[in-house]
Amino acid sequence: MSEAFIALDKVQHVYGGEGGVLAVEDLTLSVREGEFVAVVGPSGCGKSTLMKLATGLQFPRAGTVRVDGQAVSKPVKIAGMAFQNPTLLPWRTTLDNILLPLEIVEPHRSRLRREKAAYTEKAEALLASVGLAGFGPKFPWQLSGGMQQGASRCRALIHEPRLLMLDEPFGALDAFTREELWCVIRDLQAARKFTVILVTHDLREAVFLADKVFCMSARPGRIIAEREITLPRPRDLEVTYSPEFADIVHELRSHIKDARSGVH
Amino acid sequence: MTNKQKIALAPWVFTVGFFLLWEAACRAFAISSFVLPSPMQIGGAMWEYRTQLTFHSFHTLWMTFAGFVLAVIFGLAMGLALGSSKIVHAGTYPLLVGFNAIPKVAVVPILVIWFGVGWLPAVLTAFLISFFPIVVNVATGLATIEPEVEDVLKALGASKLDIMTKVGLPRSMPYFFGSLKVAITLAYVGSVIAEYNASKFGIGNLMARASADFNVPLLFASLIALAVLGVAMYAITAWVEKRMTGWAQRSGFAAG
Repeated sequence: MSEAFIALDKVQHVYGGEGGVLAVEDLTLSVREGEFVAVVGPSGCGKSTLMKLATGLQFPRAGTVRVDGQAVSKPVKIAGMAFQNPTLLPWRTTLDNILLPLEIVEPHRSRLRREKAAYTEKAEALLASVGLAGFGPKFPWQLSGGMQQGASRCRALIHEPRLLMLDEPFGALDAFTREELWCVIRDLQAARKFTVILVTHDLREAVFLADKVFCMSARPGRIIAEREITLPRPRDLEVTYSPEFADIVHELRSHIKDARSGVH
Repeated sequence: MTNKQKIALAPWVFTVGFFLLWEAACRAFAISSFVLPSPMQIGGAMWEYRTQLTFHSFHTLWMTFAGFVLAVIFGLAMGLALGSSKIVHAGTYPLLVGFNAIPKVAVVPILVIWFGVGWLPAVLTAFLISFFPIVVNVATGLATIEPEVEDVLKALGASKLDIMTKVGLPRSMPYFFGSLKVAITLAYVGSVIAEYNASKFGIGNLMARASADFNVPLLFASLIALAVLGVAMYAITAWVEKRMTGWAQRSGFAAG
């Protein structure tokens, strides 16, 4: 577990060419394989940029990004992604939406037609694990917002990626649904041990789910604090009401406050 | 009678009423059939010239359809090229807009010089006038793919072609079928214009000859035939659109 799975070293990224917006600067962080990492920070601090850099959707102006020991020069192919907006395709049923990555990623791509039944079964099992058993034949727009999020997460996981990128995936949901989905993602990660990078602005969410929380400064984004969360696993929702939990949230809160006022 | 029944009946009452009023006005003011024939006289002309009207209607229909099919093939291909490449879009768009700005009736004489009087100018005019909305709509459909969906697919290692076939094409289909309703109407305008000016057949040509003969009832009978054809073609494309892109018409607005 010593070798970093994802390593960003003194990364700088600028949007819009010369004189553009400096999104992140001197950004250094590393994530071990199987680790659940959360990135928090004030809005516009380059959290989403961090995600795009780590998956090879964008390339840094300066510094290096390494994933799985390789310098990133094209999209990494091992990542599943889910966003605040579920981005399901409205012309496909929920099941077909979830099978979409398999139509692209090898070796599934060439097998999909032959072993359709097995893959369908797998997708339905995954749907059941997020509480959507039997919703496969429905169209996404026939599902509620929380259900669409669940399906979006299934799509991100169907090809068993080693890396799951979550960009404020619970942002648009009500508090109860959100906590329910926290538990779902907690259990999935515990069972399969994939690496997760969760970008969020909800500190409780970060502390509850992550092994390690990175705080980013206001633009241009840098890591200003790194906090190991040593709360024992498996964590129950009850833990969010414990004093230790509150202390950690409090501590992170003060970092964000500093970041917003530009102390760092 | 319930409100719903009244609404269902309204189009019939208004249409019949319109023609009755027209007939009554023609009689009351003794308007010459040379100026404005009454619906009865037009009906008489339609019956009298029924073989000619049918023959020329089918010819026009055929020209329109041929031009329309060309426009669909060319418009779809061009729209895909424009929507998937920013360079192609930037390079060709001004030309396209400029070309579209030319009234197509002005192109007919050139087509006649190139291809002579006959069916080709009609088909080509129908094509030229109707491909533009298809290009623009398909390109718009492709250009408005949510960047997040693109990211999801790219992070899986999807090629540009993958993104195009899995997302771009299905996404632009409602735009494409929507544009067909506009395109078929325009193609129809194009073929009638060309027939009027440079053909031996078609409703347009029939009208040109009726006009030369001062056969006003036949002119109006031709107009009615054009209206019926136009509505029929529009209805067919609207039906196809509904069949093909039901997923895009889920709002209560569209259904109502």
